[in-house]
Amino acid sequence: MTKMPLSKGLNAGLRAAMEADDKVMIMGEDVGRLGGVFRVTDGLQKDFGESRVIDAPLSEQGILGTAVGLAMRGYRPVLEIQFDGFVYPAYDQIVNQVAKLHFRSQGKVKMPIVIRIPFGGGIGAVEHHSESPEAQFALTAGLKVVSCSNANDAYWMIQQAIASDDPIVFMEPKRRYWDQGEVDLDGEPYPLLKSRVLSEGSDATLIAYGPMVKTCLESAAAAADDGVSLEVIDLRTLSPLDLDPVYESVRKTGRAVVVHEAAQTLGLGAELAARITETCFYHLEAPVQRVTGYDLPYPPSRVEEEFLPGLDRVLDAVDRSLEY
Amino acid sequence: MSLTTPDTYMADDPAGDFPLVQLLTPEGERVSHPDFAYEGDDDSIRDLYRDLFLMRRMDFEAQALQRHGELGLWAPSQGQEAAQIGSGRALRKQDFAFPTYREHGVALVRGVDPALLLGMFRGVELGGWDPAERGFALYSIIIGAQTLHATGYAMGLTLDDAVGHNDPDRDAAVIAYFGDGATSQGSVNEALDWAAVFNAPVVFFCQNNQYAISASTDRQSRGPIAQRASGFGFTGVRVDGNDVLACHAVTTQALQKARDGQGPSLIEAYTYRMGAHTTSDDPTRYREAAEVETWRLKDPIERVKRYLQVQGTPQQFFDDLEAEAEELGKHLRETCKSLPEPDLAALFDQVYVDGATPELLEQKNDYLRFRDSFERSDEPSGVVEAEGTSA
Repeated sequence: MTKMPLSKGLNAGLRAAMEADDKVMIMGEDVGRLGGVFRVTDGLQKDFGESRVIDAPLSEQGILGTAVGLAMRGYRPVLEIQFDGFVYPAYDQIVNQVAKLHFRSQGKVKMPIVIRIPFGGGIGAVEHHSESPEAQFALTAGLKVVSCSNANDAYWMIQQAIASDDPIVFMEPKRRYWDQGEVDLDGEPYPLLKSRVLSEGSDATLIAYGPMVKTCLESAAAAADDGVSLEVIDLRTLSPLDLDPVYESVRKTGRAVVVHEAAQTLGLGAELAARITETCFYHLEAPVQRVTGYDLPYPPSRVEEEFLPGLDRVLDAVDRSLEY
Repeated sequence: MSLTTPDTYMADDPAGDFPLVQLLTPEGERVSHPDFAYEGDDDSIRDLYRDLFLMRRMDFEAQALQRHGELGLWAPSQGQEAAQIGSGRALRKQDFAFPTYREHGVALVRGVDPALLLGMFRGVELGGWDPAERGFALYSIIIGAQTLHATGYAMGLTLDDAVGHNDPDRDAAVIAYFGDGATSQGSVNEALDWAAVFNAPVVFFCQNNQYAISASTDRQSRGPIAQRASGFGFTGVRVDGNDVLACHAVTTQALQKARDGQGPSLIEAYTYRMGAHTTSDDPTRYREAAEVETWRLKDPIERVKRYLQVQGTPQQFFDDLEAEAEELGKHLRETCKSLPEPDLAALFDQVYVDGATPELLEQKNDYLRFRDSFERSDEPSGVVEAEGTSA
């Protein structure tokens, strides 16, 4: 086991993927010489050269659109979108091209592209730097969407995503980049498209992904002090969803609370609530609770801690569920 | 084969293939140009100097406020004073400017209280001023987006018959600010095309400050940016972006062309970002100190000062300006700390013209009840019931 921050886990995973396959290449704004604004690609251009770690012209549509051609030519582009809010100029290429080419070509064209997006708030940033657009990709057929929550998953999931022949939107919890975690460099990776119970409990189930996993683990620890036992599930994969562990947990606890930073309406929580209700109806002791960002454009950063789900709001929702 | 950038022509040689328009040398000497002249007298140059000086002080104060934790971020503008003041002072009241997030000097000359610029960097605001009041749009963080907005606004001027009357009080034009990095964005190239096709009264003012965070301009363009205009069917000019007189003269002419109904122009102001991209950036990772030093010798403010001193401007002028800058700094420091803190509850009412939808009102009340659960019970909650809903 090696201790490293989540960003370094990604860096080590990218390095391993580039060593394993010389068709893997990185493109993005400032990813080369600077090593990315979050230093996730630090040192990679120095070691793999300017042809495999490409400082892109300042054009997100260009990054995505050229990646389609590079993928058709046999390359495996790993793309960095600098901040969540900058992905929209590339949205057309992602939704209309990347997501559909395999389907249109009856499997003749593959799009082994990874789109890395640092997402979410909590870092005191200016506008367009704190958004959570994951549902907008998860609802797009043809894309797979995953999110890591810790350094070990960062290390392994990025490699698994790069090895996938399907396009994968890889959501990185930017406010957790600096969180240290143990990485098992020699271990057996957990499957990419599987959810995982991180902390067992019996009274209610907390379901989260990305940055909110830590919030939920902290909430579970705080609840334990009050004698409330919470199970925490890290979804890890947002599309396709892997809900068997969720159903199993909810059948045990009878209560589910979904937590994400993205807005409530039509967020992942809506789909999860529907599926849990459809599948676990007779086991539910309370309606599925959602703790989410409000249905607002992301607010000025001085109020983001009130906007974002935090420990108190999670526990408040747990109380509502328990009191139902 | 490797993916490296081929040789590019980016030199700032005034006598090169795409010469820079220059009217004031780095040594502070006036030079003439066959197509452009600065029409003002020395008093007006002193006014420009005042703007340059205050813009730099504002930038330094904001950086200091960021270091003291009063701002979350700042986008430094040192080095780009001449480009911004020269172009900004060429605007008339009825003209309209569309800035990036670094046009602090243009904001200053448009009459926006510089303290209001701090709001979004402090995290208390997403805007800060009324665009219509000052003819100055909100800062745009999405690279290049505003160039299309500028083009559309200019199309509106044409539709409203606000160009081509040889009437200095009626004819209007638009200026779109953007950087060298933005020229890679589809949006900017679309804006150039739309403006050309509709003969829109817009001046595209590119401050080529050599860097898009870490990427130098040769990663965005293989030739001078000004050269692109011809491909779209209009004129491009390359100007010494550290020469306030040249920037003013070139922009004045381009704006007048637009107001006269002769369509768009592109100006590439060749300059240099002396500081970091933002206060979060570390430029030592991607450029040499020696490069910065060569640009320090071309400082946009020093050359005007030299010129004015040689012309016999009394020391009192400079002393008074220093005192004025001190006052501006004090104003910024005091106002920054007293900028109103945002209230999340109020933001629910701000999403739509008609106020909060029933769904939003429900969320607002959830938020207020939750917030109130941490406060003393005798304080008003502010919870309001949605019209037509049973509580």
